[in-house]
Amino acid sequence: MKWLTSLFAPKTQDQSANVAKERLQVIFAHERARANSPDYLPKMQKEITEVICKYVKINSDQVAVEFEQKGDRSVLELNITLPEEVEKAASKSKQTKAKTAKKTAAK
Amino acid sequence: MTAKIIVVTSGKGGVGKTTTSAAFGTALALQGHKTVIVDFDVGLRNLDLIMGCERRVVYDLINVINGEANLNQALIKDKRVEGLSILAASQTRDKDALDKAGVGKVLKELRKSFDYIVCDSPAGIERGAFLAMYYADEAIIVTNPEVSSVRDSDRILGVLSSKSQRAEKGKDQIKEHLLLTRYSPERVTRGDMLSLDDVQEILSIPLLGVIPESKAVLKASNAGTPVSMDSESDAGQAYNDAVKRFMGEEVEHRFLSEEKQGLFGKLFGRRKAG
Repeated sequence: MKWLTSLFAPKTQDQSANVAKERLQVIFAHERARANSPDYLPKMQKEITEVICKYVKINSDQVAVEFEQKGDRSVLELNITLPEEVEKAASKSKQTKAKTAKKTAAK
Repeated sequence: MTAKIIVVTSGKGGVGKTTTSAAFGTALALQGHKTVIVDFDVGLRNLDLIMGCERRVVYDLINVINGEANLNQALIKDKRVEGLSILAASQTRDKDALDKAGVGKVLKELRKSFDYIVCDSPAGIERGAFLAMYYADEAIIVTNPEVSSVRDSDRILGVLSSKSQRAEKGKDQIKEHLLLTRYSPERVTRGDMLSLDDVQEILSIPLLGVIPESKAVLKASNAGTPVSMDSESDAGQAYNDAVKRFMGEEVEHRFLSEEKQGLFGKLFGRRKAG
C-alpha cells in the first residue's frame, strides 16, 4: 500500500524539513567556526584595516580575516582586496594573500 | 550515593523546560529517588503552577539565599509523590537577586538530603539560565524539531562546555542529554518537520528521549499534575521511559512513527491535515 500513499506525498525537494536541515547545517558551519576563534580577532581585524587604510584607500569589507583550527595548529588567513588604481600602479596581482600559521598548545 | 545536579535547559523559550523539569523530577521520585525540583526563573516563576502547589508557596529560593528563611521552610513537599519536593522561584523583578555564591550554598545544602536536584532553567542565556547550569553535573537539552530551537540548543551546548563550574575547574564535562519534545511523527513522514535523525545529526549529543506532541501535556498543566503521573498518556510514558534510560536502563524509543492506520484513515487523514 506504500506506493499508493507515496503518490500523495510531496516530492523530496518540496519538503520544508529538508530546507530547514540545510539552513541549519550552513549556519552551524559558520557559527561554530566563529565560536572557536579567539576573542581578539574582531579587534585585530579592525586594527589591521586601520593600518592598511593609512596607505591604501579601502573599505573594511575588503579585508577578510579567517581563523581556522586544524588539529593543534591555528591558521590565520588574511585576504585583502586592493582597489583598481593600486593594481595599475603596482601592476601586480589584485589580491594580496598573507598566511600565517602559529602553533597553539593543545588543551 | 552523591547527589546529582541536573539542569533542564534549552536557550529558547516555550519548548517545554518547565513541563520537562516537572515530569522528569516527578518520574525520578516515582522510581524511588529523593528529588527536588528548583525553579530558577526569577520573576516569572511557573514551576509551582505546573506542579499544582502554587498556593503553598510561602518562601522561595531568594528568601533562602538572603537568609530570610531556612531551606526546610522553603521546600514544598509534594503531597502525591513520596520523596519529591519543590523549591519555588521568587517573583521579584530584581535581576541581581540570584548570585553565584548564594546558589552554590543552597545547592550544597540540598545535596545533603536529596539524590537528584533538578534545576529548571529560564529561557535565554542571562544570569538565571547561567546560574541554573553553572553547578550542574548533567544537562537535559530540551529541543523542538524546529530551526530556532535547534540553533539555540547548540548555543547552550557551547555555554555549558565553556562557562560551567566543571569547565572552569577543568573537571569532566557536564554530561549532555538530548530530549526532543513536541515531536509529531505524522508531520515528519509528510516532510514538514525535522526528523529525529536530522536533529541528532546536527546537534550530535546522546539521545535521552523523544516526547511526542500530546494533548496530555496541556491537560496536565491545566490540572497542575506533572504529565509523567498520567501513565496512560503517550507523553507520560515517554517521560518515564526517559528517566529509566537516564538511570542506565535500556528502553526502546517509542512514539517515533505514525500509528498504523488503514488505507481509508491514511487517505482521509492526509486530506484533513493538508
